Amino acid sequence: MFAVDTFTHRLKRGCETMAYPKGPAPALPDRHGGALRVDAAKCPDGCAECLPVCPTEAVTRPPGGGVSLDLGRCLFCTACVEACPHGAITQTGDHRMAVRRREDLVLGQPGHEEVRLAAALDEKLRKLFGRSLRLRQVSAGGDGAAEADLNVLGTIGWDLGRFGIQFVASPRHADGLVVTGPVPRSMELALRKTWNAMPEPKIVIAVGTCAISGGPFIGNPEVMNGVESVLPVDLYIPGWPPHPLTILDGLLRVLGRLDEGSRAQVPAQVGS
Amino acid sequence: MSTPSFALLANGTSIPWAGVPEWPAPELVQRTGAELERGARLCAWFGVPEVGATRLVALIAFDADNTLAVGRSAPFAGAYPSLTPSHPQAHMFEREVWESHGLRPEGHPWLKPVRRGAGGAPAMGEFFRVGGGEIHEVAVGPVHAGIIEPGHFRFQCAGEEVIHLEIALGYQHRGVENALVGGPRRATMSQIEAVAGDTTIGHATAYAWVAEALAGAEAPLRSQWLRAVALELERLANHTGDLGALANDVAFLPTASACGRIRGDFLNLTALICGNRFGRGLVRPGGCRFDLEPGRLEQLTGQLAGALSEAELAIGWLWDAASVRSRFEDAGTLHAKQATDLGMVGPAARACGIVRDARFDHPAGWHRLAQAPVAVWPGGDVLARARVRWLEVQRSGRFLREQLAAAVDGEMRAELAPAAGDTLAVALVEGWRGEVCHVALTDAGGRFRSYKIVDPSFHNWIGLAMALRGEAISNFPICNKSFNLSYCGFDL
Repeated sequence: MFAVDTFTHRLKRGCETMAYPKGPAPALPDRHGGALRVDAAKCPDGCAECLPVCPTEAVTRPPGGGVSLDLGRCLFCTACVEACPHGAITQTGDHRMAVRRREDLVLGQPGHEEVRLAAALDEKLRKLFGRSLRLRQVSAGGDGAAEADLNVLGTIGWDLGRFGIQFVASPRHADGLVVTGPVPRSMELALRKTWNAMPEPKIVIAVGTCAISGGPFIGNPEVMNGVESVLPVDLYIPGWPPHPLTILDGLLRVLGRLDEGSRAQVPAQVGS
Repeated sequence: MSTPSFALLANGTSIPWAGVPEWPAPELVQRTGAELERGARLCAWFGVPEVGATRLVALIAFDADNTLAVGRSAPFAGAYPSLTPSHPQAHMFEREVWESHGLRPEGHPWLKPVRRGAGGAPAMGEFFRVGGGEIHEVAVGPVHAGIIEPGHFRFQCAGEEVIHLEIALGYQHRGVENALVGGPRRATMSQIEAVAGDTTIGHATAYAWVAEALAGAEAPLRSQWLRAVALELERLANHTGDLGALANDVAFLPTASACGRIRGDFLNLTALICGNRFGRGLVRPGGCRFDLEPGRLEQLTGQLAGALSEAELAIGWLWDAASVRSRFEDAGTLHAKQATDLGMVGPAARACGIVRDARFDHPAGWHRLAQAPVAVWPGGDVLARARVRWLEVQRSGRFLREQLAAAVDGEMRAELAPAAGDTLAVALVEGWRGEVCHVALTDAGGRFRSYKIVDPSFHNWIGLAMALRGEAISNFPICNKSFNLSYCGFDL
């Protein structure tokens, strides 16, 4: 009988919600590799091995300068990591990559080898949203993957509700707009209308490389190369799609709900 | 007749463009209609631009003979007699060709754009309206209530009852097919992986087969084995998620919450192979980019067994609960005749008792060597679509256990020769939602002159619209979930 079954099953399994962020973060899959790190100082003059392998031209090298990698265009295919003979582009295994400013995703220059992680919202917004953030999601050309990993945050393992963060049906009830996808021209009006229907103050969160830059569709005349061409973005969460852990980290980070640790204090997630 | 018939070819093969028989457009329509009359199925119907004109190309499947057939029209502009009045399965294809190439199917009963573009979407146009003082109209979307893709639904209702539903999409149009012309380019593989994010392996495999057919080569067997494994993992994740979502929509929370988590477990198995939960970066023309070494294989096998047994338990609760059965039964019924006429594919077709599965009907790649039994259930209602998914969860699970226990040795990837010029290549992959069809045509230099993608959703959206007729509008969510179609796969 399912009634007895489901009950005993629940008892047997106990609480299935992860300990993070109080406990350690769940490990990323070892082949995921996490955020990238770029040491342009290691690039010898004239080397351009990584440039032709990047599907979205996220890696560039201006004449006379070092290699620069834009994590906002990156599909995390790691072709550049494989192509680089000098170890200039490496994987950090770190799930954290959300930033507040677009330029913080551009890696390479000394001091800018890794993403400059997002700072929390200002005091006033944090007071408003810190313990209760209602989000309206709009998929604008999203392929369903980033949407799926947003939905995952609502499952019992992640339980987004315990942070007071909730996805709502009406923009009238929302404090923030979460956008996925490269924003096709045919979604521009609907996206604007959703935004206009939301009460002030409000924030925009771009989830996934497509929403940040257009991803693999950059430059297609049918798309607008990401949310930024339509709305001001307050938080960028890169990934193709971002791992649920990366999204959760971004949301908690912007609300100032993570105990800021330096990168070195985060246990390496890359297993063997 | 002295004129030749359609050119025959097998799934995952190619044919010189010059070898595709050519007829005047009315004759192509008449011949295609005659084959459909004899039980063939329309897989793709698209236009290939010529100077100042367009050719129509028809790809049809003889499922019982495991054979595909292709024919084309002479280049023309203007109008041709529509195939739709006699064979409704052509309806969306003809609308699409009209929208993209301006070829007008004379006699098409509902000729309006499929996705439009450049800022507009079809929902801004006219809708079919039911007259009468008692009738009211309900408009939903493009932005929906959940975390879901955008599209517009227009219901004509009498009270609670839906008389007619029209679905207008196009909001997700990213220009995928246009971007492929002149390719392959650096971003091509990634664009293919994003045609429908939940069908990454399905579309990537179809693309790889097309590329391999054009190169006249086959990927190493070991990579074909791994692709088949990844395809079933994709099916398991999505079916489990769908069953959980269906449970959620009838407020049956034990299965809903368990399946939400188990779905993630299946996605993590794909991530174990390639690092990405959706299988991005795994399938490449010529093979696979990652190997499944013995240690990893062992880990995968162990975790799969755990996830499968939990899925069986949690999904099993659905069938025990009378409250669930009574909500699923007789909801959103699509009759077998309708499904056949409309050219439905995938679990939605198999839930009408139709034996239709590209892995079985048109085996290519690893499926020539190993098969899972086709999962069929009669009835055509929400219950049947749920039961088919349940059967497929079990059978994909069994298939995976067998395959993982018998890994093939060998290389994972081979270099491909340059693509043949002026050649047409075809691939059908049975993705979790149904038949994923890719047709590539190369120019003299081996670049894509045209690349046609038919996601299963392109066939199936009309099935959802038909299933809603006579249904209470409050049943729309479970009917919609029971089909769970892709917006971006349709809009391309």
